[in-house]
Amino acid sequence: MRIFDPHIHMTSRTTDDYQRMHDAGVRAVVEPAFWLGQPRTNIGSFLDYFDALLGWEPYRAAQYGIRHHCALALNPKEANDRRCAEVLAELPRYLLKDSVVAVGEVGYDSMTPEEERAFEAQLAMAAENDLPVLVHTPHRDKVAGSRRSLDVVKAAGMPPGRVLVDHLNEPTVGLVADSGCWMGFSIYPDTKMDPGRMVAILKEYGTARMLVNSAADWGRSDPLKTREVGDAMLAAGFGQDEVDQVLWHNPVAFYGQSGRLDLGTGSAGLDYAGNTIRRG
Amino acid sequence: MEADHGAVHLLFPQAERRGGTGARRALLAALHADEATIRTLYERGDTGERLTILTALPELGLGAAAIPLVEDALRTNDARLVAAALGPYGARWLDDHAFRQGVLKCVFMEIPLASVSGLDRRTDAELTRMLSDYATERRAAGRPVPHDILERI
Repeated sequence: MRIFDPHIHMTSRTTDDYQRMHDAGVRAVVEPAFWLGQPRTNIGSFLDYFDALLGWEPYRAAQYGIRHHCALALNPKEANDRRCAEVLAELPRYLLKDSVVAVGEVGYDSMTPEEERAFEAQLAMAAENDLPVLVHTPHRDKVAGSRRSLDVVKAAGMPPGRVLVDHLNEPTVGLVADSGCWMGFSIYPDTKMDPGRMVAILKEYGTARMLVNSAADWGRSDPLKTREVGDAMLAAGFGQDEVDQVLWHNPVAFYGQSGRLDLGTGSAGLDYAGNTIRRG
Repeated sequence: MEADHGAVHLLFPQAERRGGTGARRALLAALHADEATIRTLYERGDTGERLTILTALPELGLGAAAIPLVEDALRTNDARLVAAALGPYGARWLDDHAFRQGVLKCVFMEIPLASVSGLDRRTDAELTRMLSDYATERRAAGRPVPHDILERI
């Protein structure tokens, strides 16, 4: 089983996780920019973080045969802090980089005017850079937040086929299915979705425009949840082709719209670089 | 680019994607040894951009002015950047201490010493001692000593 995890925060994971992910079939990931648990208070913290997503993290992934791309953005939560919002002025130069395949995560956290301004500004940046968009839906007031997110995307003139709306569940999947946007599901040990419920949604809505991710981060999460969904699909009677569509072809098709997806050998460029992270 | 000095900052990141292999190097050559701009491109660059700059340094006519970029690359934990830092430019301009530390870092990162420029010319008694001490440490831990170290001690 080959797996493309379209939303995973590898910054928060250990190198052992890359090994386990490769063993489970993960060959490509997209890491969207998010908040780090501890709020940031200045632009420099964002720039170093973006640089890590463009430098250290793809290098680390490549040691384990995993291609790493990223989505960059000011996340909704930190858009509320004026000291952080100024990073929007720095973002355009980052969106030019080869391994940036989307703008994200953008959207709402508390549905404030500040979040909406950052959301709209970044939708415009995505259009200017011909990049698709990864939209985070809020934990609180999820249905209203998801509906409003779809309205903002539509008002911005963004074609629905270039938008992935993430962290969906039973109450929100229908809205997004009707919108024409791609549908993302985060499979967690306790919160959001679990593999059994995910399979039920796939049975009801089909496998088109459906993406499954582990969203593994610094919280209680598991980077192998994508594989669990693949196994659960097979156990529930889905065919290999349908598993491959959800876990590989759909994310490739979505992020491939950037024209920057490179699913080559997974080598870091030096065949003598060894297969471990050295502490020089 | 001649008319708009800011244009290179937009062109350089996407140059290989849009202009093919060698496009970044051509942009650097067209900067005519503008050290401040090259430094900014490096500081704002991703790994691919930085590698292009490091490997192009011998042709850019900057003298020793780009040594801070080489030192930055040597502080990373990316074997590609460290190897590029110890190319012909680093071998020409790094001081003895920094060069020796760079060579030892290659040893730890399993970068073959054959890829270090000017190693025979720059090897001194102190570097040989450092490599020899490394071999002693490896043997004490019951680990093999790489061939390219053995032949230099």
